[in-house]
Amino acid sequence: MTLAVISDQPHVKIRPPKGWAALSLSDLWTYRDLLLTLAERDVKVRYKQTALGVIWVVLQPLLGAAIFTFVFGRVARMSSDGVPYLIFSFAGLLAWNVFNSTLTRASASVVENSRMVSKIYFPRLILPLSTIGSVLIDFAVSACVMVLLMVVYHVHPGWPLLLMPIFLALLFMAATGVGLYTSALMVSYRDLQYALPPFLQFLLYASPVAYAASSVPASLRSIYYLNPLAALLEGFRWSILGTGHPQPAALAYSIVVVLAMFVIGLVSFKRMERRFADVI
Amino acid sequence: MSSNDVAISVRDLSKSYTIVHGQQRRPTFRDLVMDRLRNPFKRDQKETFWALKDVSFDIKKGDAVGIIGRNGAGKSTLLKILSRITEPTTGEIDLYGRIGSLLEVGTGFHPELTGRENIFLNGAILGMSRAEIRRQFDAIVDFAEVEKFLDTPVKRYSSGMYVRLAFAVAAHLSSEILIVDEVLAVGDAEFQKKCLGKMQSVATQEGRTVLFVSHQMAAVERLCNLSILLREGKVADFGPTAKVIPSYMSDASSSSDGHFSLMSHPARPKRFTVPVVQRLIVSDGTGQRPTTIMRSTGGLSVDVFVVPNRRIAEPIVAIAIEDSFGRRLGTVASNFQRERPAAAILPFTARCEIPRLNLAPGRYLLSVSVSDRYEGLMDSIDGAAWIDVEWDNAYPSGEQYTPVYGPIILEGSWQLNVDSVETEVSAAAG
Repeated sequence: MTLAVISDQPHVKIRPPKGWAALSLSDLWTYRDLLLTLAERDVKVRYKQTALGVIWVVLQPLLGAAIFTFVFGRVARMSSDGVPYLIFSFAGLLAWNVFNSTLTRASASVVENSRMVSKIYFPRLILPLSTIGSVLIDFAVSACVMVLLMVVYHVHPGWPLLLMPIFLALLFMAATGVGLYTSALMVSYRDLQYALPPFLQFLLYASPVAYAASSVPASLRSIYYLNPLAALLEGFRWSILGTGHPQPAALAYSIVVVLAMFVIGLVSFKRMERRFADVI
Repeated sequence: MSSNDVAISVRDLSKSYTIVHGQQRRPTFRDLVMDRLRNPFKRDQKETFWALKDVSFDIKKGDAVGIIGRNGAGKSTLLKILSRITEPTTGEIDLYGRIGSLLEVGTGFHPELTGRENIFLNGAILGMSRAEIRRQFDAIVDFAEVEKFLDTPVKRYSSGMYVRLAFAVAAHLSSEILIVDEVLAVGDAEFQKKCLGKMQSVATQEGRTVLFVSHQMAAVERLCNLSILLREGKVADFGPTAKVIPSYMSDASSSSDGHFSLMSHPARPKRFTVPVVQRLIVSDGTGQRPTTIMRSTGGLSVDVFVVPNRRIAEPIVAIAIEDSFGRRLGTVASNFQRERPAAAILPFTARCEIPRLNLAPGRYLLSVSVSDRYEGLMDSIDGAAWIDVEWDNAYPSGEQYTPVYGPIILEGSWQLNVDSVETEVSAAAG
């Protein structure tokens, strides 16, 4: 080996942590293959040893939408802003599931891979971030069903469809922001894995998924839109089906809150990750 | 040493953990909240424990360094900090080159995925890029000998195949610094040899820097030219392996009066939760008072105190002697002899008598085990006791027998027919 090669070798400094840790994005880039491989693993493993396999990706939201159609559409006779209730609630679930799955999987990601965390070095951020990949694939499959439903029900999207990816990205960001925080917290407090499902259940009914935001009494609407998901979910459905009227003020508020949540999640994860290997 | 030669430089490294007293398990929210409510002004009793304290050393490129020490000496902590799994409390480390750390084989292996998929997964976890794994793929499969089962989920693998595949991926990491923790303690003897051979070629032929933690002194001796001895979080010795190992051996026990309590012993495998062998008393062949000082050609007797945790249908007690490199020299087991002992329920003492040791001067370790002929092993402790053997001037000539001649003193004699040798030599000269 020549001297030139030796001086090319990376130089790693290990120092005690001081203050706010740097994000070390370059480290994340070096390990990009791990990010992809872990996402690939999650997708491959999830439906192994199931009879229906990937059909569950489609079946779960379809069954959910059918239940909502029966309860809210038939029994409670709520408004679906003029589109068939099934397609209306399916669009809502499409967006909700992005948030729900990302948050649930990201939260458990660090604890589930505790052996990796205690035995190998890699940027810990990869664990929660890699869950986005498998959710994205689930979304793509469900989106195909959405297209099919729209063809069957003769619903035609307009130009707002171009805004759909933005809403999608914001939903991912919101879920990842919270997920980063909860995944780090779950290392010390496994309580979160029990607290999270009821919280998500509450959030589902506090958000315009099964019903339209227009069904909420006008007097309560300002409180209702304090939930940052409300405007995002409504906006997502609007971008596909043209239903509802996304309020610019509520939307702007949501975007600010989501960005803040993401930054807070990222910073607190970086602060807590030092102790992972010692505590987990 | 020019700075270009250094692979690892550690300066004043310390790592502390906080131990909270009176707390057995992980606190939950409820515990924290309830404790606060019950005793709002109480402060937790905290104690700082230094797993490593002011550790400094430099390792040159191409060196293979063993890290040895008793359990709890700080070996694992040092490895975890060097692998960047956990962060130091104080101090600095500079690493020159890519680091590959192997603290466990098969980390991240997923049972549902096939061998092929797991190679890519495990490789990525260890820090290899996909292109790199693709390049090494055939070599990995070849080394692991699992070609036929590449597309079988690893949950259907035998444990041997699993370990072979896991080690094979790790062994093909192309990092300049390799950190290895006792992964060789897996697999069958044949594969262990192969692993050790691979590690050796990594260190000596490929010129990479290897850090190796092990309790197997024979492996450390074969693999490492240098060794670091850690004692209570500090560097107790650092130098050529042959010099450091003996000072580790004198660390292994501090008792010297021939009594060895085994109620809690770090070398007892975790699966033996109840100490069946509770005490050893070692004495020399004269059967007088207990001692650890033996004579080369003298005898040895060991009393083993056994407290059965259940009925032992037919007890078998065995004592093995190992040299300071962990090589087993011999075993005396109670089932070698004809008469069979009765079943045991109550505590009993078994006495092992070796009339003539015939061992070279030096320190030896005694391992003890108790088993039931029908139920198998009940307790076993490697290095449960030690003896110091001294030369007892057994040769009438006054010659000394030293360890250079080998550990076993063979009994034999020579007859030299000097006359004919002389004749032949003089004939050749003529």
